[in-house]
Amino acid sequence: MNGNPLLALAGYFALLSLFAVGGANAAIPEMHRIAVEVMGWMNDRQFADSFALAQMSPGPNVIIVTLIGYHVAGLSGAAVATVAMCGPTCVLAYGVSRVWDRFKDAPWRMAVQGGLVPVSLGLIGASAFVLASVADRNVYAAAITAVTAVVAFATRVNPLWLFAAAGALGLSGWL
Amino acid sequence: MPAVRRLGKPYLFRIASTGASPLVALLPAMYCSQRMSDSARSPIASSESGASATAAPERPTLSELFVAFMQVSISGFGGALPWARRMIVERKRWMTGEEFSEAFALSQFLPGPNVVNFSVVFGARFGGAPGAAVALAGLMGPPLVIIIVLAALYARFGDLEVLGRILAGVTAAAAGLLIAMVAKMAAPLFKGLDWPPLVATLAFAGVAIMRWPLPYVFLVLAPIAIALAWFRPVKR
Repeated sequence: MNGNPLLALAGYFALLSLFAVGGANAAIPEMHRIAVEVMGWMNDRQFADSFALAQMSPGPNVIIVTLIGYHVAGLSGAAVATVAMCGPTCVLAYGVSRVWDRFKDAPWRMAVQGGLVPVSLGLIGASAFVLASVADRNVYAAAITAVTAVVAFATRVNPLWLFAAAGALGLSGWL
Repeated sequence: MPAVRRLGKPYLFRIASTGASPLVALLPAMYCSQRMSDSARSPIASSESGASATAAPERPTLSELFVAFMQVSISGFGGALPWARRMIVERKRWMTGEEFSEAFALSQFLPGPNVVNFSVVFGARFGGAPGAAVALAGLMGPPLVIIIVLAALYARFGDLEVLGRILAGVTAAAAGLLIAMVAKMAAPLFKGLDWPPLVATLAFAGVAIMRWPLPYVFLVLAPIAIALAWFRPVKR
């Protein structure tokens, strides 16, 4: 898949979409692994920036794949990455939703739900770890991460305020 | 709005400002379908009982679906789920809180982006395949336009030192936000050392420490976890 970047984008993200239980946030390490380590599409900083942009802009966080796609191959890359990441899972969601209600009280349904929750928790934890190790390039950035984590855990303040404060700190040259 | 009156302002405010994390808001909802008795602990789950008392929801038209999901996507900074719930359950009353939780639980354990899945599940329920397409288009359309503009700006100005500094700060904060979300999700799961903490830790270690590809980790761990949930359901 090294020849055509569009094919690589389509293949990787379509595959990823089928295993990303827990949503886009669970898939960050795999996106990082592929985009930075395997394919060399972007460097650590560009990946971290993409995540920040996706978090700051409205809409589903999965939009980070659009940024990666754009970075790799412009508009067509953005389109291919987005469709690949959303397409297979949308078809699956559509199919499953048609039959799901029939199994409302089925024990296996409870087992599937109960089993996948801790898996997705571990995956999202891995995302937090990978992202923090990419973002926290010095002790000040690590401090911002720690303070944000505590504030977001303990309060219900809108995250945009946290982003704004952190962005201002960054701008002021502390990082 | 009987449900709203019962919940009072603080709750509404909380639901509205959970902007951060689709999953945080969702977890209570998921658990709610499994154990209604526990609902007192989470504000979102506790609103279920109130909302379910309201009258049968109306059916949205295709254009209503599109506009509703478009509004959700534009207001949903840092994750669209809490906004989707507000729109569908509290404002439009297309679903009761319970129905919403059920539909979202399904969207959550399906792979892929949760809110995207939800738009498809919701749209399909009310409008079949066209409904699903319309809801998805409404959800993804505006954010895509915005992000493409941002991407173009970044491609042009990404090397600017000023922008780099701002983004460095925001990324550090975003990592912290994710940590907080994980902590919130972990709290109920890590109560009582049963297999769920072990499974979560293994998934974490495999992906974050060992850097194994996600599909491999998932294909090994998911069947084990589901089997454990089958034979050893966690009592809560």
